[in-house]
Amino acid sequence: MAEYIIKNGFVFDPVQGIKGDKSDVAIKDGKIVKDSEISKSAKVIDAAGKTVMAGAVEIHAHIAGPKVNLGRIYRPEDKLFTCTATKGMERTGSGNSIPSTFKTGYEYAKMGYTTAMEAAMPPLFSRHVHEEIRDTPIIDEGAFPVFGNNWFVMEYLKNNEVENTAAYIAWLLRATKGYAVKVVNPGGTEAWGWGLNCLSIHDPVPYFDITPAEIVKGLIEANEYLGLPHSMHIHPNNLGNPGCYQTTLDTLNLADGFKAKNKFGREQVMHITHMQFHSYGGENWGNFESKATEIMNYVNSHKNLTMDTGNVTLDETTTMTADGPFEHHLTGLNHLKWANCDVELETAAGVVPYIYSPDIKVCAIQWSIGLELALLAKDPMRCFITTDHPNAGPFTRYPRVFKWLMSQKARDERLNTFKNADKVIGASTLSSLDREITLYELAQMTRAGPAKSLGLVSMCGGLKPGMDADVAVYDFNPDKPLANPEMIETAFSRAAYVFKSGVQVVTHGDIVSTGNKRTLWVDAKVKDNPQVMRDIREKFLKYYSVTQANYEALGHHFIPNPYALEVDATQV
Amino acid sequence: METVTITMKNPPALYLEAEHICPDEFAGKTAAQIAELHVYEGNTKSTLGKYFEISGDAGATAEDTKIVVRGDVKKVKYIGMKMSAGEVVVEGSTDLYAGAWMSGGRMLVKGDIQAFAATAMKGGELVIEGNAGNYLGAAYRGDWRGMSGGKILVKGNAGSDVGMYMTGGEMVINGNVDVHLATHAEGGKIIVKGNAPSKVAGQMVEGEVIIFGTIDVMMPGFKYVDDVDLEVEGTTAKFAHYIGDTGERHKKRKGQMVYGNLYQKI
Ligand SMILES: [Zn+2]
Repeated sequence: MAEYIIKNGFVFDPVQGIKGDKSDVAIKDGKIVKDSEISKSAKVIDAAGKTVMAGAVEIHAHIAGPKVNLGRIYRPEDKLFTCTATKGMERTGSGNSIPSTFKTGYEYAKMGYTTAMEAAMPPLFSRHVHEEIRDTPIIDEGAFPVFGNNWFVMEYLKNNEVENTAAYIAWLLRATKGYAVKVVNPGGTEAWGWGLNCLSIHDPVPYFDITPAEIVKGLIEANEYLGLPHSMHIHPNNLGNPGCYQTTLDTLNLADGFKAKNKFGREQVMHITHMQFHSYGGENWGNFESKATEIMNYVNSHKNLTMDTGNVTLDETTTMTADGPFEHHLTGLNHLKWANCDVELETAAGVVPYIYSPDIKVCAIQWSIGLELALLAKDPMRCFITTDHPNAGPFTRYPRVFKWLMSQKARDERLNTFKNADKVIGASTLSSLDREITLYELAQMTRAGPAKSLGLVSMCGGLKPGMDADVAVYDFNPDKPLANPEMIETAFSRAAYVFKSGVQVVTHGDIVSTGNKRTLWVDAKVKDNPQVMRDIREKFLKYYSVTQANYEALGHHFIPNPYALEVDATQV
Repeated sequence: METVTITMKNPPALYLEAEHICPDEFAGKTAAQIAELHVYEGNTKSTLGKYFEISGDAGATAEDTKIVVRGDVKKVKYIGMKMSAGEVVVEGSTDLYAGAWMSGGRMLVKGDIQAFAATAMKGGELVIEGNAGNYLGAAYRGDWRGMSGGKILVKGNAGSDVGMYMTGGEMVINGNVDVHLATHAEGGKIIVKGNAPSKVAGQMVEGEVIIFGTIDVMMPGFKYVDDVDLEVEGTTAKFAHYIGDTGERHKKRKGQMVYGNLYQKI
């Protein structure tokens, strides 16, 4: 493979603690190596006056699978005027908030992202998810199967059978080629099948007679029993409602007393996603306000938690979540079209378009909360930037979110020109925050942090020799005074150079190679468990609409280039 | 006002996508520069000049620019798309999306237009001397935002799904319309001098539909209120007044339920 030396850039790498030193990054055989290990024939990339970081790591986005595709199908208007023509290596693409698979891969790569996690895979449709992942070029991807409303899980945990839960998780991760344990509105989506919901962690799930609190604690325990790379990854109950922060604090508290057990360097036992949607105070939309301070006080003082923000970008977008009841509630609020995708014994997703208008007070407060969370985070290694794509905004807006976080001027300009500026300013502490996220902190929040939380820190998110050569070079000179905050958005929108596993994939914002994309999954070995295997066979015979033989995602068609992270729980 | 005349001299074998035939795009350009604007024939990109003879330079702004389109443009789409000012005159008939997303200016088509004309129109004036196709002044596929402003006059007949998701503006059709008039409308006014067969104003929640001719089958969600005298386009007559669609969600304004109003000449 080709050798490269990226010379004289300003390097920001939290993994090695490098804070903008002018230095070189050497690449050989797909890995970062010491400068001394490359030959004279290495291709030189001049990064003088530019910022060099590891490829960014997306910890939570909805980019592949049935609900994403349902969005594409029922929103042709999302494609209007957003189609891109074939150009060089690039195939044609379409869509803004729900781009086609090819466009998704290109857009992430052009911004310097090289790894992304699909945040909610319905196990029954894992084949569909993997076909889309396969067709998303360049970036390495993994997918999180959803467990929080799964009949097996609820039945085992009802009887405190953690070992059986773990054996079932191991089986399902293998069958679906999944990466982590995702939980969405635990118990609530199942309760919705009975016309109900679980809005607090103590609301019992009908028939199963188990509470969200029991599901969450049981899944944390099973996750640590297995020693998976990532922790239990949760979208808590009561999302998006005024006053929901109390439910969020109750949920965070469930992680108390648990300690991470794994060989991947992960320290947290719970990752809370799109915290913005879970940090609301007030009793109704009239007195709706931010509770970001309360939430971040808790997160800052609890090292066993990581989180991502879910920043509202003030765009027209498409919301989609395995929180089926929430989407039904949302269509009642905005009266826009609703689609639902029920998944038998496992989950149910909904889709509704949404316009985050800067003229609407609630939307502007949501925007404030997302930024507040990141700016109040004391440890950038535990707070990551997302838009919960496409729920709070398209991932292609990351550079704009970076601009708001890195420049007080940029965000104050936005804040002070909202239609209801006075009310918006009064509903959060954002106007009092003068912190500006540094490039080093940005690298923590978008590279090293998410990689560590995902258990990938020895592989990606940093530039240490031995790691995968995922590198992004931006036309941004940290030594020059920032004349205009727009320069941040421009630079991070289109990287000058991007390398994925040592292959140059982007040059001056254009795709030059589709790389060697991999599907990341977790192969967990457990002791033989005849009971769980029998339960699975029985459920397939009794309830599933497909046979067990037609369930598994395997083989070249679905996963042409797999990369398995192995864990061995047979000795536990 | 400066006039640019474009005359079809080399008709395309496939349909031509020509959204640049628009005063906003022509403004400030010479005839030679206009000839260089791109078009698509199928997936082949070429220039306007390959198909049209272009004479006259455009004005400095869209407002100062008039475009006259001559020759057979039945296979040309998107004429006048997104125009915000100025004038477009099509001397014959044209294809899909004429005047779509227009926000100002005047467009006159002397022949017929095909479907999706004035899609999501915001303002300006569109006059069709012949017949209009389906989805006139409607929302784009999947969208819930149809015509919101401006005026449309069709001297002939119009097709189905006219004014779907219309939220504002005014439309007059001198002839007949086909099914699904004003479906999902949330505002605006549609006057049909001829007949409307069926499914008129289904799921309409606000706005006005006035039919001079017959309605073969009335939607069951519409409720007769009373007979009223109305002056419409210079004609004073008695109309039966219905409100609806009562099967839909309706908002309240000043304590009053807001309904769509349907009038049919008695
Ligand atoms: Zn999500």
